[in-house]
Amino acid sequence: MKSTAVLEVIKPGMLTTIQDLGRSGYQQYGIVVSGAMDKYAMRMANLLTGNEENAAVLEITLTGPVFTILEDCKIAITGGNLSPSADGKSIPLWTEIDLPKGTVLKFGPIIDGCRAYLAIRGGFDSPLLMGSRSTYLRAEIGGYKGRKLQKGDVLYTYDSPTEMKKGYRKSLHSELIPEYSNEIILRVIKGPQWDAFTPDSQEKFLASTYEISAHSDRMGYRLQGERLETNLTQEQITDPIPNGAIQIPSNGEPILLLADRQTTGGYPKIGVVVTVDLFKIAQGKPGDRISFEAIEIEESHLLLAEQESAFNLLSVSNR
Amino acid sequence: MQFDCRPAGDCAVLISFEQNVSEDINEKVIRLTECIQKAEIHGAVELVPAFASLMVYYNPLQITFNELRDLIQSIDVSEPSRMKVERTVHEIPVWYGGEAGPDLSFIAEYHNLTEDEVIRIHAKETYRVYMIGFVPGFPYLGGLDSRIHTPRLKSPRLQTPAGSVGIAGQQTGIYPLSTPGGWRIIGRTPVPLFRPEQTERPVLISAGDAIRFIPITEEQYSSLLNENTPQKKGGSPI
Repeated sequence: MKSTAVLEVIKPGMLTTIQDLGRSGYQQYGIVVSGAMDKYAMRMANLLTGNEENAAVLEITLTGPVFTILEDCKIAITGGNLSPSADGKSIPLWTEIDLPKGTVLKFGPIIDGCRAYLAIRGGFDSPLLMGSRSTYLRAEIGGYKGRKLQKGDVLYTYDSPTEMKKGYRKSLHSELIPEYSNEIILRVIKGPQWDAFTPDSQEKFLASTYEISAHSDRMGYRLQGERLETNLTQEQITDPIPNGAIQIPSNGEPILLLADRQTTGGYPKIGVVVTVDLFKIAQGKPGDRISFEAIEIEESHLLLAEQESAFNLLSVSNR
Repeated sequence: MQFDCRPAGDCAVLISFEQNVSEDINEKVIRLTECIQKAEIHGAVELVPAFASLMVYYNPLQITFNELRDLIQSIDVSEPSRMKVERTVHEIPVWYGGEAGPDLSFIAEYHNLTEDEVIRIHAKETYRVYMIGFVPGFPYLGGLDSRIHTPRLKSPRLQTPAGSVGIAGQQTGIYPLSTPGGWRIIGRTPVPLFRPEQTERPVLISAGDAIRFIPITEEQYSSLLNENTPQKKGGSPI
């Protein structure tokens, strides 16, 4: 497929990587799923630019990058507000934007959230590896040369230069734009080892507030707060770990496992965050406070169906 | 009941057998995995077998937890009769000792054996692959002879080269990628275990397979390394 050089990295930011919906189907081989941490924002960014939901985007973390635009293009930025600007002029989030060649696209101070998503019409060009273009940092494959972006990198899009449309901008209905808070309530399904925890720990888990520690990344978030204990007399045997699993290691403090988690692990899981709430933790940053609320699986499936019907409507209206 | 099914979040069912590391139980896990694959259940998207459990990831918009659980529970894994149980045995050539196995001499001294005896003990077994995890293509093997069980390094190496064969406690294994690690390294294989460009089968070894280690010389190692698809150095981007 023909592709066009469209972005040059002037400053890479803290951790800017190419991601899509992830590399599923390979966990049986020990291959982590990767993919966007906040899939809601990532999919919306793609729909706003007229892409397939799974097109490769940039995931931008906390400290944003600076780019030079090498060719006229259409982009959308969603997720956390990292003060994006085009040639010094602030640009709106959750909106399609036309950027002419030569524009300096810059991210600034963080207003809310933790991760921004930059989609470009056509999607970013990156080799399809095991069905995904996501960066797999640990194995150093996928995305842009298997690593985070660096100064001087040039990114390509599958789109050919498009005509700039003046005055017309598609933006997302405000009801569909999430608000990010420093007080995060995560709904969970009780985990497969819930019964192994002491009644006291089960109660503490649902009643107390945890703080996101500085040791938090795409693999997992470490939480500080009440320590939890099990009645288990011997170590648990390693088993598979779903996205959003809350595992309790021997020090008793929860670790919430996310996009880059290992496929399997040996700690008991007290709960698993419901799919529709995963974006909230992806937008959480060190110092934010977390509390947990248990819901039933049927309720969680209803919430998911509701969210997905919004996506279906949007992708239909996109055609 | 033969196994227990419970939710692991809203998109996965964890199926647990008796929680022991045993060949019998792991064989049931593998058999159930194969049965579910064959059944081609609509909405079941990914299967991940482990030592004594199996995770079935599903799309809740296509199938409910209860429907999936009922389908899975109707499968009988106690009868292996009609299932083909013969699985792949991989012969993994290993250059033991020297530069490839910096901890071989330690293990020999630790157990009052010669290096050759350690190699002989390590290479005589056929090891069952219980599961794949930790890093892409890393096989968790059972059946290491207790005469060479050896504790991990006190402080992990920053880099263990891809292909390294090591011992950690009661386990032995192979590093598919160059990664930091605390295993005692006794040798290295030229066979690539992780080939990310092979979409159909990106790893050499699967859960349920078996492995035998075949001792080779440094010269054989070098020529095998050249025969294989040029092996990427760990760390080089693809």
